Amino acid sequence: MSEHLPGAFSAYPMLEGFSSAGRLERVLRSGRFAITAELNPPDSADPEDTYRQAMVLSQACDAVNATDASGANCHMSSMGICALLTRAGYSPVLQISCRDRNRIAIQGDVLGAAAMGVHNILCLTGDGVQTGDQPDAKPVFDLDSTSLLQTIRTMRDEGKFRSGRKITTPPQVFIGAAANPFAPPYDWRPLRLAKKIEAGAQFVQTQYCYDIPMLETYMTAVRDMGLDKQCYILVGVGPMASARTAKWIRKNVPGVHIPDTIIARLEGAEDQKREGKKLCTELIQQIREIPGVAGVHIMAYRQEEFVTEIIAESGVLKNRVIDPEATAWFEALEQQQNSSLPKEECYA
Amino acid sequence: MYTLRRWATRNARPLEIFYRFTARGFHTLDPFWSFCGLGRLERVFATIEAACKGALFDCNMCGRCVLSSTGMTCPTNCPKNLRNGPCGGVRDNGHCEVQPEMACVWCEAWAGAKRMKDGMAIRKPLPPRGHDIEGTSAWLRLTSDNMARRAAALEARGE
Repeated sequence: MSEHLPGAFSAYPMLEGFSSAGRLERVLRSGRFAITAELNPPDSADPEDTYRQAMVLSQACDAVNATDASGANCHMSSMGICALLTRAGYSPVLQISCRDRNRIAIQGDVLGAAAMGVHNILCLTGDGVQTGDQPDAKPVFDLDSTSLLQTIRTMRDEGKFRSGRKITTPPQVFIGAAANPFAPPYDWRPLRLAKKIEAGAQFVQTQYCYDIPMLETYMTAVRDMGLDKQCYILVGVGPMASARTAKWIRKNVPGVHIPDTIIARLEGAEDQKREGKKLCTELIQQIREIPGVAGVHIMAYRQEEFVTEIIAESGVLKNRVIDPEATAWFEALEQQQNSSLPKEECYA
Repeated sequence: MYTLRRWATRNARPLEIFYRFTARGFHTLDPFWSFCGLGRLERVFATIEAACKGALFDCNMCGRCVLSSTGMTCPTNCPKNLRNGPCGGVRDNGHCEVQPEMACVWCEAWAGAKRMKDGMAIRKPLPPRGHDIEGTSAWLRLTSDNMARRAAALEARGE
């Protein structure tokens, strides 16, 4: 029997014990394998660019992440993307990086985002400015990811700003964090996850995983500590367009670990792009089998069009159907836009 | 100094013992410091503190010392100002994402914490830095905290 989840429309009625009214929390709490994906923000002021990308991703994903100048490269802001998507009836994951804003700005953004209908917030420290296109920028780093988690949890659960000042209607959000099991110090990584959970993380999305044995070691420690019961772990994956891209990413993107065997496999393939997709599908299938993993987070930079295909081929949705209604928000938006187009007589 | 800072991390355990001993001594005198006037002592103490901790830990005088819960490694040297590190950008060789020639401050902190008796204090999330107390004496801040706690306890007993 196929289970039919409604599309990724913004709000469900709030349930007892839930933090948000969003789809992601519902899916995770119901024990289904969740899928999130990263939306690559456009370098443009045209809302259509955002809508088109979100439409492609929302077909098979439970939530779409609006990245916040990832890699310290300037793009449309995560708040901007969230404003557009929530206006269209779609609730994304707002990413907040501590690199660019101080605590005053961030707390204001949290209230604004929740008011717009954002149900999920991912707390990040952010890459250093030196990795991006404007290394001469001032790095803010007023908070770090852990204190950001604490801040948002205090706002939500105690209805207070950091200062203790009261918030009349607290933001009802599902709070997430990032984890990187593939960077040293390896034995500290599970403890660091515990620290983030203590600070308020309800779900984590990890860095790209290309090393299954390494992930298994990490997950064993995580399970031994019982962390998989306290937090939903979504493992990061992504198709590599070519061996050259993989090498570039390994060298230039902080914290990405790609073993030589993966690069050799891509190099040996006739069609590297196809091999990259196949590899991603296989990784998802292997990750699915690891106990304690609640889902995958797909980061398909400039290959968004393949995301739905990869998910379908991996078979992780099992009896959940790829939802035709999931993109209904987009069709509704198009209709609305067409009907509101200025008629010629307006100009007469 | 980088070399001295790394020496401190390697000797986190003896430094922990030294810290506990001196802190206890210093804070038994809290009423005396308070009597002298914390405001009046501030400048002298801040200067001494900056000199000692600056030399040994590359302390940047954040005003609230957390060395004992970060493996005797000062987190203010993290270029991303993390108070709860390490970040996900640590290089395969354990070096910093921002300054490749420097060992990750938080990898060092973790190594130091493993050497200490109460090193696992590193597992507790720390609040962010208070930018309003930068450059002030962390020792006297602890004194004023202790005095406030004492006063609160007295008041509670009085009721």
